[in-house]
Amino acid sequence: MVDESTRKTLSSIPLLQTKAGPRDKELWLNRLKEEYQALIKYVQNNKEADNDWFRLESDKTGTYWFGKCWYVHNLLKYEFDLEFDIPVTYPTTAPELALPGLDGKTAKMYRGGKICLTDHFKPLWARNVPRFGIAHAMALGLGPWLAVEIPDLIEKGVITYQEKSEEADK
Amino acid sequence: MTTVEELKKKVQELKAKLALTQGNTGPVRQKIDVMSSEVVDSNPYSRLMALKRMGIVDNYEKIRELSVAVVGVGGVGSVTAEMLTRCGIGKLILFDYDKVELANMNRLFFQPHQAGLSKVDAAAATLQNINPDVTIDAYNYNITTVENFQKFCDTIKTGSLTGGPVDVVLSCVDNFEARMAINTACNELDQKWFESGVSENAVSGHIQFIIPGETACFACAPPLVVASKIDEKTLKREGVCAASLPTTMGIVAGFLVQNTLKYLLGFGTVTHYLGYSALTDFFPTMSLKPNPQCDDSFCRARQTEFQARPQPVEVATEVTEDLAPVHADNEWGICLVDENVPEEEDSTNLKLTEGVQLAYTVPVDNSTPESSTGGAVAASELSLEELMQHLPDWKLPPLI
Repeated sequence: MVDESTRKTLSSIPLLQTKAGPRDKELWLNRLKEEYQALIKYVQNNKEADNDWFRLESDKTGTYWFGKCWYVHNLLKYEFDLEFDIPVTYPTTAPELALPGLDGKTAKMYRGGKICLTDHFKPLWARNVPRFGIAHAMALGLGPWLAVEIPDLIEKGVITYQEKSEEADK
Repeated sequence: MTTVEELKKKVQELKAKLALTQGNTGPVRQKIDVMSSEVVDSNPYSRLMALKRMGIVDNYEKIRELSVAVVGVGGVGSVTAEMLTRCGIGKLILFDYDKVELANMNRLFFQPHQAGLSKVDAAAATLQNINPDVTIDAYNYNITTVENFQKFCDTIKTGSLTGGPVDVVLSCVDNFEARMAINTACNELDQKWFESGVSENAVSGHIQFIIPGETACFACAPPLVVASKIDEKTLKREGVCAASLPTTMGIVAGFLVQNTLKYLLGFGTVTHYLGYSALTDFFPTMSLKPNPQCDDSFCRARQTEFQARPQPVEVATEVTEDLAPVHADNEWGICLVDENVPEEEDSTNLKLTEGVQLAYTVPVDNSTPESSTGGAVAASELSLEELMQHLPDWKLPPLI
Protein backbone atom coordinates (compact mmCIF):
# COMPACT_ATOMS: atom_id res chain seq x y z
CA MET A 1 0.00 0.00 0.00
CA VAL A 2 1.17 3.53 -0.66
CA ASP A 3 1.91 5.15 2.68
CA GLU A 4 1.22 8.77 3.57
CA SER A 5 4.75 10.06 2.96
CA THR A 6 4.97 8.35 -0.43
CA ARG A 7 1.61 9.83 -1.34
CA LYS A 8 2.88 13.28 -0.37
CA THR A 9 6.09 12.84 -2.36
CA LEU A 10 4.10 11.59 -5.30
CA SER A 11 1.72 14.53 -5.26
CA SER A 12 4.55 17.05 -5.65
CA ILE A 13 5.93 15.46 -8.82
CA PRO A 14 4.54 17.10 -11.95
CA LEU A 15 2.24 14.94 -14.02
CA LEU A 16 3.04 14.17 -17.65
CA GLN A 17 0.70 14.73 -20.56
CA THR A 18 1.98 13.20 -23.77
CA LYS A 19 0.99 9.62 -24.29
CA ALA A 20 3.85 8.42 -26.46
CA GLY A 21 6.35 5.60 -26.45
CA PRO A 22 9.79 5.27 -27.99
CA ARG A 23 8.32 4.17 -31.34
CA ASP A 24 6.38 7.42 -31.69
CA LYS A 25 9.24 9.53 -33.08
CA GLU A 26 8.31 13.24 -32.66
CA LEU A 27 5.79 12.69 -29.89
CA TRP A 28 8.34 10.61 -28.00
CA LEU A 29 10.68 13.61 -27.94
CA ASN A 30 7.89 15.63 -26.32
CA ARG A 31 7.34 12.88 -23.80
CA LEU A 32 11.06 12.71 -23.12
CA LYS A 33 11.13 16.43 -22.38
CA GLU A 34 8.30 15.96 -19.93
CA GLU A 35 10.12 13.04 -18.33
CA TYR A 36 13.21 15.18 -17.81
CA GLN A 37 11.19 18.08 -16.43
CA ALA A 38 9.40 15.83 -13.95
CA LEU A 39 12.65 14.15 -12.92
CA ILE A 40 14.44 17.48 -12.46
CA LYS A 41 11.60 18.72 -10.28
CA TYR A 42 11.57 15.51 -8.26
CA VAL A 43 15.33 15.66 -7.66
CA GLN A 44 14.96 19.30 -6.63
CA ASN A 45 12.18 18.38 -4.20
CA ASN A 46 14.35 15.63 -2.76
CA LYS A 47 17.30 17.93 -2.32
CA GLU A 48 15.12 20.51 -0.58
CA ALA A 49 13.79 17.83 1.74
CA ASP A 50 17.35 16.64 2.37
CA ASN A 51 16.41 13.32 0.84
CA ASP A 52 18.44 13.21 -2.35
CA TRP A 53 18.66 9.54 -3.22
CA PHE A 54 19.38 8.94 -6.91
CA ARG A 55 21.00 10.20 -10.09
CA LEU A 56 19.72 9.18 -13.46
CA GLU A 57 20.56 9.95 -17.08
CA SER A 58 19.61 8.52 -20.42
CA ASP A 59 21.22 7.80 -23.74
CA LYS A 60 20.38 10.13 -26.64
CA THR A 61 17.26 8.21 -27.66
CA GLY A 62 15.91 8.24 -24.11
CA THR A 63 15.26 4.50 -24.26
CA TYR A 64 18.12 3.40 -21.99
CA TRP A 65 18.51 4.97 -18.54
CA PHE A 66 21.29 4.46 -16.07
CA GLY A 67 22.64 5.97 -12.89
CA LYS A 68 22.97 5.34 -9.21
CA CYS A 69 20.73 5.23 -6.20
CA TRP A 70 21.69 5.07 -2.58
CA TYR A 71 20.21 4.30 0.77
CA VAL A 72 21.39 5.46 4.17
CA HIS A 73 21.23 2.89 6.96
CA ASN A 74 22.70 3.53 10.41
CA LEU A 75 24.44 6.62 9.06
CA LEU A 76 26.20 4.61 6.35
CA LYS A 77 25.51 5.15 2.69
CA TYR A 78 24.99 2.12 0.48
CA GLU A 79 25.11 2.77 -3.22
CA PHE A 80 23.80 0.74 -6.16
CA ASP A 81 23.94 0.95 -9.93
CA LEU A 82 20.54 1.43 -11.48
CA GLU A 83 19.49 0.79 -15.08
CA PHE A 84 16.44 0.13 -17.20
CA ASP A 85 15.13 0.17 -20.76
CA ILE A 86 12.01 1.98 -21.83
CA PRO A 87 9.85 -0.80 -23.32
CA VAL A 88 8.02 -0.35 -26.63
CA THR A 89 4.74 -0.46 -24.73
CA TYR A 90 5.68 2.50 -22.49
CA PRO A 91 3.90 4.37 -20.94
CA THR A 92 1.10 1.77 -20.89
CA THR A 93 3.51 -0.49 -19.02
CA ALA A 94 5.86 0.90 -16.38
CA PRO A 95 9.63 0.74 -16.81
CA GLU A 96 11.22 -2.31 -15.18
CA LEU A 97 13.78 -0.80 -12.84
CA ALA A 98 16.84 -2.98 -12.27
CA LEU A 99 19.69 -3.04 -9.75
CA PRO A 100 22.01 -5.51 -11.52
CA GLY A 101 24.47 -5.50 -8.63
CA LEU A 102 21.90 -7.18 -6.40
CA ASP A 103 20.88 -9.83 -8.95
CA GLY A 104 20.72 -13.20 -7.23
CA LYS A 105 21.05 -11.69 -3.76
CA THR A 106 17.37 -11.38 -2.95
CA ALA A 107 14.24 -13.27 -3.90
CA LYS A 108 12.43 -9.96 -4.38
CA MET A 109 13.86 -9.69 -7.85
CA TYR A 110 13.31 -11.02 -11.30
CA ARG A 111 16.12 -11.96 -13.71
CA GLY A 112 18.74 -9.33 -14.37
CA GLY A 113 18.07 -7.58 -11.07
CA LYS A 114 14.65 -6.21 -11.99
CA ILE A 115 12.96 -5.28 -8.75
CA CYS A 116 9.77 -7.08 -7.78
CA LEU A 117 7.08 -4.50 -7.13
CA THR A 118 4.04 -4.84 -4.92
CA ASP A 119 0.63 -5.79 -6.19
CA HIS A 120 -0.38 -2.19 -5.74
CA PHE A 121 2.17 -0.65 -8.05
CA LYS A 122 0.87 -1.90 -11.38
CA PRO A 123 -2.81 -1.06 -10.77
CA LEU A 124 -1.81 2.41 -9.60
CA TRP A 125 0.38 2.85 -12.68
CA ALA A 126 -2.39 1.56 -14.97
CA ARG A 127 -4.88 4.01 -13.48
CA ASN A 128 -2.52 6.89 -14.15
CA VAL A 129 -1.44 6.26 -17.74
CA PRO A 130 -0.04 8.52 -19.25
CA ARG A 131 0.33 10.93 -16.33
CA PHE A 132 2.93 8.91 -14.43
CA GLY A 133 6.48 8.87 -15.69
CA ILE A 134 9.93 7.70 -14.67
CA ALA A 135 9.98 10.03 -11.65
CA HIS A 136 6.78 8.42 -10.38
CA ALA A 137 8.18 4.93 -10.93
CA MET A 138 11.19 5.92 -8.85
CA ALA A 139 9.09 7.38 -6.04
CA LEU A 140 6.48 4.66 -6.05
CA GLY A 141 8.56 1.65 -7.05
CA LEU A 142 12.24 1.86 -6.26
CA GLY A 143 12.02 4.14 -3.19
CA PRO A 144 9.74 1.85 -1.13
CA TRP A 145 11.61 -1.23 -2.41
CA LEU A 146 14.94 0.08 -1.13
CA ALA A 147 13.37 1.06 2.19
CA VAL A 148 12.14 -2.48 2.78
CA GLU A 149 14.86 -4.58 1.17
CA ILE A 150 18.13 -2.82 1.92
CA PRO A 151 17.95 -2.88 5.74
CA ASP A 152 16.99 -6.54 5.49
CA LEU A 153 19.90 -7.37 3.16
CA ILE A 154 22.33 -5.49 5.42
CA GLU A 155 21.03 -7.35 8.44
CA LYS A 156 21.51 -10.67 6.67
CA GLY A 157 25.04 -9.66 5.70
CA VAL A 158 24.24 -10.02 2.01
CA ILE A 159 25.45 -6.50 1.32
CA THR A 160 28.24 -4.78 3.21
CA TYR A 161 29.27 -1.17 3.51
CA GLN A 162 31.88 -0.06 0.98
CA GLU A 163 34.10 2.75 2.21
CA LYS A 164 34.92 4.58 -1.00
CA SER A 165 31.41 5.00 -2.39
CA GLU A 166 30.92 7.57 0.39
CA GLU A 167 33.10 10.19 -1.31
CA ALA A 168 31.91 9.54 -4.81
CA ASP A 169 28.58 11.29 -4.52
CA LYS A 170 29.53 14.27 -2.41
CA MET B 1 44.65 -57.30 -6.33
CA THR B 2 42.56 -56.58 -9.38
CA THR B 3 42.56 -59.12 -12.12
CA VAL B 4 42.95 -58.33 -15.82
CA GLU B 5 39.27 -59.24 -16.30
CA GLU B 6 38.19 -56.76 -13.68
CA LEU B 7 40.27 -54.03 -15.29
CA LYS B 8 38.89 -54.84 -18.74
CA LYS B 9 35.39 -54.65 -17.35
CA LYS B 10 36.18 -51.30 -15.79
CA VAL B 11 37.53 -50.01 -19.11
CA GLN B 12 34.29 -51.05 -20.83
CA GLU B 13 32.21 -49.28 -18.20
CA LEU B 14 34.22 -46.10 -18.51
CA LYS B 15 34.01 -46.22 -22.31
CA ALA B 16 30.25 -46.53 -22.10
CA LYS B 17 30.09 -43.60 -19.66
CA LEU B 18 32.24 -41.47 -21.93
CA ALA B 19 30.11 -42.27 -24.93
CA LEU B 20 27.03 -41.31 -22.93
CA THR B 21 28.42 -37.90 -21.94
CA GLN B 22 29.52 -37.26 -25.50
CA GLY B 23 25.98 -37.98 -26.56
CA ASN B 24 26.91 -40.35 -29.36
CA THR B 25 25.26 -43.38 -27.96
CA GLY B 26 22.00 -45.04 -28.75
CA PRO B 27 20.02 -44.79 -31.94
CA VAL B 28 19.59 -41.31 -33.36
CA ARG B 29 16.25 -40.63 -34.94
CA GLN B 30 16.72 -39.97 -38.68
CA LYS B 31 14.74 -37.41 -40.65
CA ILE B 32 11.50 -38.60 -42.20
CA ASP B 33 10.28 -37.08 -45.47
CA VAL B 34 6.62 -37.97 -45.44
CA MET B 35 4.46 -38.79 -42.43
CA SER B 36 3.35 -42.38 -42.64
CA SER B 37 0.36 -43.90 -40.96
CA GLU B 38 1.91 -47.33 -41.00
CA VAL B 39 1.68 -48.86 -37.54
CA VAL B 40 5.19 -50.12 -36.85
CA ASP B 41 7.47 -49.65 -33.85
CA SER B 42 9.83 -47.47 -35.85
CA ASN B 43 7.27 -44.90 -37.02
CA PRO B 44 7.17 -41.91 -34.61
CA TYR B 45 4.01 -40.60 -36.28
CA SER B 46 1.85 -43.73 -36.31
CA ARG B 47 -0.23 -42.79 -33.26
CA LEU B 48 -0.71 -39.24 -34.50
CA MET B 49 -1.75 -40.37 -37.98
CA ALA B 50 -4.21 -42.71 -36.26
CA LEU B 51 -6.20 -39.56 -35.46
CA LYS B 52 -7.14 -39.53 -39.14
CA ARG B 53 -8.24 -43.15 -39.19
CA MET B 54 -10.36 -42.48 -36.13
CA GLY B 55 -11.98 -39.52 -37.83
CA ILE B 56 -10.79 -36.89 -35.35
CA VAL B 57 -8.54 -34.99 -37.75
CA ASP B 58 -8.94 -34.86 -41.54
CA ASN B 59 -5.43 -34.08 -42.64
CA TYR B 60 -2.95 -34.54 -39.83
CA GLU B 61 0.09 -34.39 -42.13
CA LYS B 62 -0.75 -30.72 -42.81
CA ILE B 63 1.00 -30.00 -39.51
CA ARG B 64 4.30 -30.41 -41.37
CA GLU B 65 3.58 -27.21 -43.33
CA LEU B 66 2.69 -25.10 -40.30
CA SER B 67 4.80 -22.68 -38.27
CA VAL B 68 4.36 -21.65 -34.65
CA ALA B 69 6.22 -18.96 -32.69
CA VAL B 70 6.64 -19.65 -28.97
CA VAL B 71 7.51 -16.52 -27.00
CA GLY B 72 8.99 -17.37 -23.61
CA VAL B 73 10.59 -20.78 -23.14
CA GLY B 74 10.06 -21.19 -19.40
CA GLY B 75 7.78 -23.48 -17.41
CA VAL B 76 4.91 -23.28 -19.91
CA GLY B 77 6.78 -22.43 -23.13
CA SER B 78 9.31 -25.25 -22.99
CA VAL B 79 6.61 -27.88 -22.46
CA THR B 80 4.53 -26.27 -25.20
CA ALA B 81 7.48 -26.45 -27.58
CA GLU B 82 8.13 -30.08 -26.70
CA MET B 83 4.50 -31.05 -27.32
CA LEU B 84 4.50 -29.33 -30.71
CA THR B 85 7.82 -30.94 -31.59
CA ARG B 86 6.51 -34.40 -30.75
CA CYS B 87 3.39 -33.65 -32.79
CA GLY B 88 5.65 -33.00 -35.79
CA ILE B 89 5.01 -29.27 -36.27
CA GLY B 90 6.70 -27.93 -39.43
CA LYS B 91 8.56 -25.06 -37.83
CA LEU B 92 9.07 -23.71 -34.34
CA ILE B 93 10.42 -20.25 -33.62
CA LEU B 94 11.57 -19.76 -30.04
CA PHE B 95 12.10 -16.43 -28.26
CA ASP B 96 13.57 -15.96 -24.78
CA TYR B 97 16.46 -14.02 -23.26
CA ASP B 98 16.84 -15.98 -20.06
CA LYS B 99 19.35 -18.63 -19.06
CA VAL B 100 18.59 -22.05 -17.58
CA GLU B 101 19.08 -22.01 -13.80
CA LEU B 102 18.96 -24.71 -11.17
CA ALA B 103 16.04 -22.77 -9.69
CA ASN B 104 14.06 -23.86 -12.79
CA MET B 105 14.35 -27.56 -11.93
CA ASN B 106 10.98 -27.71 -10.19
CA ARG B 107 9.52 -27.30 -13.66
CA LEU B 108 9.48 -29.74 -16.59
CA PHE B 109 11.75 -30.06 -19.63
CA PHE B 110 15.12 -28.53 -18.72
CA GLN B 111 17.79 -30.64 -17.02
CA PRO B 112 20.47 -29.73 -14.47
CA HIS B 113 23.34 -30.16 -16.94
CA GLN B 114 21.84 -27.37 -19.06
CA ALA B 115 22.23 -24.76 -16.30
CA GLY B 116 23.97 -21.69 -17.65
CA LEU B 117 22.95 -22.23 -21.28
CA SER B 118 20.49 -19.85 -22.91
CA LYS B 119 16.99 -21.31 -22.69
CA VAL B 120 16.39 -21.10 -26.43
CA ASP B 121 19.65 -22.84 -27.33
CA ALA B 122 19.22 -25.55 -24.72
CA ALA B 123 15.62 -26.10 -25.82
CA ALA B 124 16.49 -26.13 -29.52
CA ALA B 125 19.15 -28.81 -28.97
CA THR B 126 16.82 -31.09 -26.98
CA LEU B 127 13.90 -30.60 -29.37
CA GLN B 128 15.98 -31.19 -32.48
CA ASN B 129 17.13 -34.46 -30.97
CA ILE B 130 13.56 -35.52 -30.19
CA ASN B 131 12.36 -34.72 -33.71
CA PRO B 132 14.84 -33.74 -36.44
CA ASP B 133 11.98 -33.12 -38.89
CA VAL B 134 11.08 -29.86 -37.16
CA THR B 135 12.78 -26.69 -38.35
CA ILE B 136 13.75 -24.78 -35.22
CA ASP B 137 14.84 -21.14 -35.07
CA ALA B 138 16.01 -19.73 -31.74
CA TYR B 139 16.19 -16.04 -30.84
CA ASN B 140 17.91 -15.01 -27.65
CA TYR B 141 16.70 -11.45 -26.95
CA ASN B 142 14.22 -9.39 -24.98
CA ILE B 143 11.35 -8.49 -27.32
CA THR B 144 10.25 -5.41 -25.35
CA THR B 145 13.16 -3.13 -26.27
CA VAL B 146 12.78 -0.86 -29.29
CA GLU B 147 15.40 -2.51 -31.48
CA ASN B 148 14.44 -6.11 -30.67
CA PHE B 149 10.73 -5.43 -31.04
CA GLN B 150 11.22 -4.58 -34.70
CA LYS B 151 13.22 -7.79 -35.23
CA PHE B 152 10.46 -9.70 -33.43
CA CYS B 153 7.75 -8.21 -35.69
CA ASP B 154 9.77 -8.98 -38.82
CA THR B 155 10.30 -12.58 -37.71
CA ILE B 156 6.57 -13.07 -37.02
CA LYS B 157 5.76 -11.53 -40.41
CA THR B 158 8.16 -13.64 -42.45
CA GLY B 159 8.93 -16.62 -40.24
CA SER B 160 6.79 -19.35 -41.79
CA LEU B 161 8.20 -22.21 -43.86
CA THR B 162 7.09 -20.33 -46.98
CA GLY B 163 8.42 -16.95 -45.88
CA GLY B 164 5.00 -15.58 -44.89
CA PRO B 165 3.55 -14.86 -41.45
CA VAL B 166 3.63 -17.65 -38.88
CA ASP B 167 0.37 -19.54 -38.41
CA VAL B 168 0.00 -18.69 -34.76
CA VAL B 169 1.97 -17.01 -31.97
CA LEU B 170 1.92 -18.56 -28.50
CA SER B 171 2.66 -16.25 -25.59
CA CYS B 172 4.26 -18.17 -22.74
CA VAL B 173 5.88 -15.18 -21.06
CA ASP B 174 5.74 -14.41 -17.36
CA ASN B 175 5.23 -10.67 -17.27
CA PHE B 176 2.78 -7.96 -18.26
CA GLU B 177 5.33 -5.95 -20.28
CA ALA B 178 6.14 -8.83 -22.64
CA ARG B 179 2.44 -9.70 -23.04
CA MET B 180 1.67 -6.12 -24.01
CA ALA B 181 4.56 -6.16 -26.49
CA ILE B 182 3.19 -9.32 -28.13
CA ASN B 183 -0.28 -7.77 -28.13
CA THR B 184 1.02 -4.61 -29.80
CA ALA B 185 2.85 -6.62 -32.46
CA CYS B 186 -0.06 -8.96 -33.19
CA ASN B 187 -2.60 -6.13 -33.43
CA GLU B 188 -0.34 -4.32 -35.89
CA LEU B 189 0.39 -7.44 -37.94
CA ASP B 190 -3.18 -8.79 -37.72
CA GLN B 191 -1.70 -11.98 -36.29
CA LYS B 192 -3.76 -14.50 -34.35
CA TRP B 193 -2.20 -15.51 -31.05
CA PHE B 194 -2.80 -17.34 -27.80
CA GLU B 195 -2.05 -15.75 -24.47
CA SER B 196 -1.28 -18.09 -21.58
CA GLY B 197 -0.42 -17.56 -17.96
CA VAL B 198 -0.01 -19.09 -14.55
CA SER B 199 -0.64 -16.98 -11.46
CA GLU B 200 2.26 -16.01 -9.21
CA ASN B 201 0.85 -18.21 -6.45
CA ALA B 202 0.96 -21.17 -8.87
CA VAL B 203 -2.61 -22.32 -8.24
CA SER B 204 -4.46 -20.85 -11.18
CA GLY B 205 -3.89 -20.30 -14.87
CA HIS B 206 -5.58 -19.50 -18.16
CA ILE B 207 -5.31 -19.45 -21.92
CA GLN B 208 -6.94 -16.91 -24.21
CA PHE B 209 -7.29 -16.90 -28.01
CA ILE B 210 -6.87 -13.45 -29.50
CA ILE B 211 -8.11 -12.83 -33.04
CA PRO B 212 -7.40 -9.12 -33.63
CA GLY B 213 -10.67 -7.22 -34.11
CA GLU B 214 -12.82 -10.24 -33.39
CA THR B 215 -12.05 -11.21 -29.78
CA ALA B 216 -10.83 -8.99 -26.94
CA CYS B 217 -7.16 -8.14 -27.20
CA PHE B 218 -4.85 -8.08 -24.18
CA ALA B 219 -5.18 -4.29 -23.91
CA CYS B 220 -9.01 -4.27 -24.14
CA ALA B 221 -9.30 -4.68 -20.36
CA PRO B 222 -7.05 -5.05 -17.33
CA PRO B 223 -5.64 -8.58 -17.07
CA LEU B 224 -8.17 -11.28 -16.21
CA VAL B 225 -7.61 -13.44 -13.18
CA VAL B 226 -9.24 -16.67 -12.18
CA ALA B 227 -10.64 -16.33 -8.68
CA SER B 228 -8.33 -18.38 -6.48
CA LYS B 229 -10.61 -18.34 -3.42
CA ILE B 230 -7.65 -17.04 -1.46
CA ASP B 231 -8.05 -13.80 0.42
CA GLU B 232 -5.31 -11.50 -0.90
CA LYS B 233 -4.67 -10.32 2.64
CA THR B 234 -3.82 -13.80 3.84
CA LEU B 235 -1.49 -14.43 0.93
CA LYS B 236 2.00 -14.28 2.35
CA ARG B 237 4.47 -12.65 0.03
CA GLU B 238 7.34 -12.32 2.44
CA GLY B 239 10.67 -12.90 0.81
CA VAL B 240 9.32 -14.23 -2.47
CA CYS B 241 8.24 -12.92 -5.83
CA ALA B 242 6.61 -15.93 -7.38
CA ALA B 243 5.90 -19.58 -6.71
CA SER B 244 5.58 -22.25 -9.39
CA LEU B 245 4.40 -25.82 -9.76
CA PRO B 246 5.19 -28.21 -12.64
CA THR B 247 1.58 -29.44 -12.44
CA THR B 248 -0.16 -26.12 -13.08
CA MET B 249 2.34 -25.21 -15.79
CA GLY B 250 1.98 -28.59 -17.46
CA ILE B 251 -1.82 -28.31 -17.41
CA VAL B 252 -1.77 -24.82 -18.91
CA ALA B 253 0.74 -25.93 -21.59
CA GLY B 254 -1.57 -28.87 -22.36
CA PHE B 255 -4.59 -26.56 -22.73
CA LEU B 256 -2.55 -24.23 -24.89
CA VAL B 257 -1.24 -26.84 -27.31
CA GLN B 258 -4.58 -28.69 -27.45
CA ASN B 259 -6.32 -25.54 -28.61
CA THR B 260 -3.44 -24.67 -30.92
CA LEU B 261 -3.78 -28.07 -32.61
CA LYS B 262 -7.55 -27.65 -32.87
CA TYR B 263 -7.07 -24.25 -34.48
CA LEU B 264 -4.26 -25.33 -36.83
CA LEU B 265 -5.80 -28.60 -37.97
CA GLY B 266 -9.42 -27.49 -37.83
CA PHE B 267 -11.04 -29.95 -35.47
CA GLY B 268 -13.27 -29.45 -32.44
CA THR B 269 -14.00 -26.00 -31.01
CA VAL B 270 -11.24 -23.57 -30.21
CA THR B 271 -11.75 -21.92 -26.83
CA HIS B 272 -11.64 -18.15 -26.59
CA TYR B 273 -10.87 -18.26 -22.89
CA LEU B 274 -10.25 -21.20 -20.60
CA GLY B 275 -9.36 -20.68 -16.96
CA TYR B 276 -8.14 -23.13 -14.34
CA SER B 277 -8.38 -22.92 -10.57
CA ALA B 278 -6.27 -25.66 -9.02
CA LEU B 279 -7.72 -25.39 -5.52
CA THR B 280 -11.29 -25.98 -6.60
CA ASP B 281 -10.80 -27.84 -9.91
CA PHE B 282 -12.78 -25.15 -11.61
CA PHE B 283 -12.51 -24.43 -15.35
CA PRO B 284 -14.38 -21.29 -16.43
CA THR B 285 -14.76 -20.63 -20.16
CA MET B 286 -16.15 -17.67 -22.04
CA SER B 287 -15.97 -15.62 -25.18
CA LEU B 288 -14.78 -12.02 -25.00
CA LYS B 289 -15.76 -9.23 -27.36
CA PRO B 290 -13.20 -6.49 -28.04
CA ASN B 291 -13.53 -3.15 -26.28
CA PRO B 292 -14.56 -0.42 -28.79
CA GLN B 293 -12.62 2.05 -26.63
CA CYS B 294 -9.50 -0.10 -26.48
CA ASP B 295 -6.31 1.86 -25.82
CA ASP B 296 -4.57 0.18 -28.74
CA SER B 297 -5.37 2.04 -31.96
CA PHE B 298 -4.54 -1.02 -34.07
CA CYS B 299 -7.05 -3.07 -32.07
CA ARG B 300 -9.72 -0.48 -32.87
CA ALA B 301 -8.72 -0.51 -36.55
CA ARG B 302 -8.97 -4.33 -36.64
CA GLN B 303 -12.40 -4.10 -35.03
CA THR B 304 -13.57 -1.76 -37.80
CA GLU B 305 -12.18 -4.13 -40.44
CA PHE B 306 -13.83 -7.10 -38.80
CA GLN B 307 -17.22 -5.38 -38.66
CA ALA B 308 -16.92 -4.41 -42.32
CA ARG B 309 -16.44 -8.04 -43.34
CA PRO B 310 -19.55 -10.10 -44.04
CA GLN B 311 -20.22 -12.18 -40.95
CA PRO B 312 -20.56 -15.91 -41.48
CA VAL B 313 -24.14 -17.01 -41.02
CA GLU B 314 -24.34 -19.16 -37.97
CA VAL B 315 -25.71 -22.51 -38.93
CA ALA B 316 -28.23 -23.50 -36.36
CA THR B 317 -27.61 -27.03 -35.27
CA GLU B 318 -30.68 -28.96 -34.47
CA VAL B 319 -30.96 -29.59 -30.80
CA THR B 320 -32.90 -32.64 -29.88
CA GLU B 321 -34.13 -32.20 -26.40
CA ASP B 322 -35.84 -34.77 -24.34
CA LEU B 323 -38.85 -32.90 -23.13
CA ALA B 324 -40.05 -35.55 -20.77
CA PRO B 325 -39.59 -34.45 -17.14
CA VAL B 326 -36.56 -36.01 -15.51
CA HIS B 327 -38.44 -36.65 -12.32
CA ALA B 328 -42.17 -37.03 -12.80
CA ASP B 329 -42.94 -37.06 -9.12
CA ASN B 330 -41.37 -34.79 -6.59
CA GLU B 331 -41.82 -36.60 -3.33
CA TRP B 332 -39.59 -34.26 -1.30
CA GLY B 333 -40.74 -31.02 -2.85
CA ILE B 334 -37.26 -30.18 -4.10
CA CYS B 335 -37.08 -27.10 -6.27
CA LEU B 336 -34.30 -25.03 -7.83
CA VAL B 337 -33.58 -21.62 -6.37
CA ASP B 338 -32.21 -18.95 -8.63
CA GLU B 339 -28.96 -17.90 -7.03
CA ASN B 340 -28.19 -15.23 -9.58
CA VAL B 341 -28.05 -11.82 -8.02
CA PRO B 342 -28.40 -8.96 -10.48
CA GLU B 343 -24.92 -7.63 -11.06
CA GLU B 344 -23.65 -4.17 -11.66
CA GLU B 345 -23.12 -3.20 -15.26
CA ASP B 346 -19.49 -3.54 -16.22
CA SER B 347 -18.04 -0.34 -17.58
CA THR B 348 -15.75 -2.09 -20.04
CA ASN B 349 -18.73 -3.89 -21.53
CA LEU B 350 -16.95 -7.19 -20.94
CA LYS B 351 -19.15 -10.08 -20.05
CA LEU B 352 -17.02 -12.08 -17.70
CA THR B 353 -18.01 -15.55 -16.72
CA GLU B 354 -18.39 -16.50 -13.10
CA GLY B 355 -15.09 -17.08 -11.33
CA VAL B 356 -13.10 -14.74 -13.56
CA GLN B 357 -12.44 -11.16 -12.62
CA LEU B 358 -10.29 -8.21 -13.63
CA ALA B 359 -6.95 -7.89 -11.86
CA TYR B 360 -7.83 -4.24 -11.17
CA THR B 361 -10.09 -1.54 -12.51
CA VAL B 362 -9.09 1.49 -14.50
CA PRO B 363 -11.24 4.63 -14.59
CA VAL B 364 -13.05 4.95 -17.91
CA ASP B 365 -12.93 8.70 -17.73
CA ASN B 366 -9.32 9.77 -17.94
CA SER B 367 -10.08 13.30 -16.83
CA THR B 368 -9.73 12.51 -13.13
CA PRO B 369 -6.00 12.64 -12.58
CA GLU B 370 -4.23 11.72 -9.39
CA SER B 371 -4.06 14.91 -7.37
CA SER B 372 -0.72 16.57 -7.82
CA THR B 373 0.37 19.81 -6.24
CA GLY B 374 3.32 19.65 -8.59
CA GLY B 375 0.92 20.40 -11.40
CA ALA B 376 1.38 19.21 -14.92
CA VAL B 377 4.63 19.72 -16.75
CA ALA B 378 4.49 22.97 -18.67
CA ALA B 379 5.84 23.05 -22.18
CA SER B 380 9.45 23.93 -21.68
CA GLU B 381 11.31 26.59 -23.54
CA LEU B 382 14.43 24.53 -23.16
CA SER B 383 15.41 21.97 -25.75
CA LEU B 384 15.71 18.32 -24.88
CA GLU B 385 19.51 18.60 -25.00
CA GLU B 386 19.44 21.51 -22.59
CA LEU B 387 17.09 19.66 -20.29
CA MET B 388 19.37 16.64 -20.34
CA GLN B 389 22.12 18.83 -18.97
CA HIS B 390 19.96 21.19 -16.99
CA LEU B 391 21.22 20.66 -13.49
CA PRO B 392 24.95 21.17 -13.11
CA ASP B 393 25.10 18.27 -10.69
CA TRP B 394 22.77 16.16 -12.74
CA LYS B 395 25.70 14.13 -13.97
CA LEU B 396 27.73 12.17 -11.51
CA PRO B 397 31.12 13.55 -10.65
CA PRO B 398 33.86 11.18 -11.76
CA LEU B 399 34.44 8.44 -9.24
CA ILE B 400 37.53 8.93 -7.16
